[in-house]
Amino acid sequence: MSEKTDKTEQQRLSVFKTYKLYVGGKFPRSESGRVYEVTDSKGKWLANAPLSSRKDARDAVVAARKAFGGWSGATAYNRGQILYRVAEMLEGRKDQFVREVADAEGLSKSKAAAVVDAAIDRWVWYAGWTDKIAQVVGGGNPVAGPFFNLSTPEPTGVVTVLAPQESSFLGLVSVIAPVIATGNTVIVIASEKSPLPALSLGEVLATSDLPGGVVNVLSGKTAEIAAPLAAHQDVNAIDLAGADAVLAKELEIAAADNLKRVVRPQPVDYSQTPGIERLTAFLETKTVWHPTGALGASGSSY
Amino acid sequence: MASASAFEYAPAPESRSVVDIAPSYGLFIDGEFTEAADGKVFKTVSPSTEEVLSEVAQAGAEDVDRAVKAARRAFEKWSALPGSERAKYLFRIARIIQERSRELAVLETLDNGKPIKETRDADLPLVAAHFFYYAGWADKLDHAGFGASPRPLGVAGQVIPWNFPLLMLAWKIAPALATGNTVVLKPAETTPLSALFFADICRQAGLPKGVVNILPGYGDTGAALVEHPDVNKVAFTGSTAVGKAIARQVAGTDKKVTLELGGKGANIVFDDAPIDQAVEGVVTGIFFNQGQVCCAGSRLLVQESIQDELLDSLKRRLSTLRLGDPLDKNTDIGAINSAEQLSRITSLVEQGEAQGAERWSPACELPSSGYWFAPTLFTNVTQAHTIARDEIFGPVLSVLTFRTPDEAVAKANNSQYGLSAGIWTEKGSRILAVASKLRAGVIWANTFNKFDPTSPFGGYKESGFGREGGRHGLEAYLDV
Repeated sequence: MSEKTDKTEQQRLSVFKTYKLYVGGKFPRSESGRVYEVTDSKGKWLANAPLSSRKDARDAVVAARKAFGGWSGATAYNRGQILYRVAEMLEGRKDQFVREVADAEGLSKSKAAAVVDAAIDRWVWYAGWTDKIAQVVGGGNPVAGPFFNLSTPEPTGVVTVLAPQESSFLGLVSVIAPVIATGNTVIVIASEKSPLPALSLGEVLATSDLPGGVVNVLSGKTAEIAAPLAAHQDVNAIDLAGADAVLAKELEIAAADNLKRVVRPQPVDYSQTPGIERLTAFLETKTVWHPTGALGASGSSY
Repeated sequence: MASASAFEYAPAPESRSVVDIAPSYGLFIDGEFTEAADGKVFKTVSPSTEEVLSEVAQAGAEDVDRAVKAARRAFEKWSALPGSERAKYLFRIARIIQERSRELAVLETLDNGKPIKETRDADLPLVAAHFFYYAGWADKLDHAGFGASPRPLGVAGQVIPWNFPLLMLAWKIAPALATGNTVVLKPAETTPLSALFFADICRQAGLPKGVVNILPGYGDTGAALVEHPDVNKVAFTGSTAVGKAIARQVAGTDKKVTLELGGKGANIVFDDAPIDQAVEGVVTGIFFNQGQVCCAGSRLLVQESIQDELLDSLKRRLSTLRLGDPLDKNTDIGAINSAEQLSRITSLVEQGEAQGAERWSPACELPSSGYWFAPTLFTNVTQAHTIARDEIFGPVLSVLTFRTPDEAVAKANNSQYGLSAGIWTEKGSRILAVASKLRAGVIWANTFNKFDPTSPFGGYKESGFGREGGRHGLEAYLDV
């Protein structure tokens, strides 16, 4: 670099970004007014992230519930289009995410780029699942009688997800994409130490035709935000991916109050193509019976 | 309780002589009947007469430990058997159940209080069918959609209720054995006998020792089983309160759990429904098994314009139901399972009256001994009433009205539960639209309370986790 450009750079003060939550399609600060310092892997200050409160968590549930009817009622084709659109939007902002993931996880640029590529590909993978999962896990049941009997999967409702703590972006995408692919809405608690990629993902989701409230992103202390969500009567399921064993047990006990569906923490290699477990974990099976009538030997009974 | 206008029927009792009940039974552990370690016993009575049928060993924590150890030892060989061999054992069991079906039906009626026509025509055929269905899966698990060679979980601790004692046993044991698990099952304290007879069927089928263990007992026996550190899978059918306690107990463990809990099913009748069929469906929905059914259609939602017509027909139909001796083949309504359950029903019904709902029952004479409750209707019910919200688990129907399909859906879904629902209309598009909006695991359109081993059963929301029956029912017993 020449001395001249160096000088220009010194004069050019960079613009910092105020990271905000993503709730109900909007970007609020934490209701509490609190923030916490986010540093890179070497301890260098990166930004002040919102330190969400219980109230933020409850607001997010209200937004997620409000969005559930429309999102679960959308066609599977439409949901697939939108998940693919997320991949398109991310592709265009890859550099930003590579930088944020490199800072968050202390990765080299090339390793961070591989992680971001994998996260984009994961959106594509789940985009393709939206209109296939019902065919794979549903079906007709040959009951012993004159009935038409069909089982179909349906989303379980509002899902709380504790995003993995270490994999701040690929892990995050791997736990929220399957939840919304099947028509659930989600409140995700970002990695406590490295929340910035998650907060930036909110900006991408906001421009991906995803209806507001389908994904809600909170940052702050995982245990503090998760407690009211695990106990919340209008949350139907909880994915404890980002909880340690002690917190997971505590939250699972709280979740029993309204019999939330619980996914316990387990070792996952997020770089591998996932199976369908995270899709089916948040599905209910609805079975509908209807008489078909029967043509007896003597004629018709329908 | 035949009204004056109904035909009189001569009694047509089924013979008790087909079943030989011993004065006492032990626990069934590792292929042997054995006393409880602490020597405790309890009596099981016939709810229709309060006659003591037998004295049964009551399992304690030490017995639970013994049974789990036996099941663990048996697991190694049982899970290593080729699926085709496990299948043959299950087919044998299914066949023996068919052969002993009359005996078991009478036994179940005596111990449970439900009418013989239900045990004979519904329970027992379904019990055999479940073993046949899952027998066929045992050697086809690679094709069940859970990947190649899905693995069993290990020892399954299973706790079942008293409303369908043998059927619930079949729902639990058939898929567990087909997938290569071994089981320790606790039947309900008021209905332990058919499970103990099932132990004898296992013996006749030559089932290896320890694969099935039966531990009669109360709630503390069930809790000890659920808590046992060497149990890998917990399956429970019963009340939502106990289900929540179990969900807390297994928190932080590796135990896989399925829960089939309460319900407050809505039976929605639209103005274009065929009234006679709908009335039959409403009756089946709530008075089948004395209403002691988790998926009972205990809330009737009737479109306002046909309310009077439907209620008139329903009351006329209820007046022809015959309540009395469960062994009588003409009996429609048998005894309530226990004094405890009867007092729960009575107390909820009193709350219904106190809160201002209007109570109606047909003229009905109740037998002088045993536990009985007349079929009961409540009108003027609002959504806030306890009888519209809480599961009564008895022959009590709450009637609410609606004007539009949206209102019907909103009211049907206004429940902590989500197990079952019914829709009655001639309009196909309305059936599909309403069915898709109801938050319930089983929806019967123009029919109600139908069951089949090939058909998954289970609830949304606080009605529990997981599904039983069908291909879906395998997942609960596989490491997937």
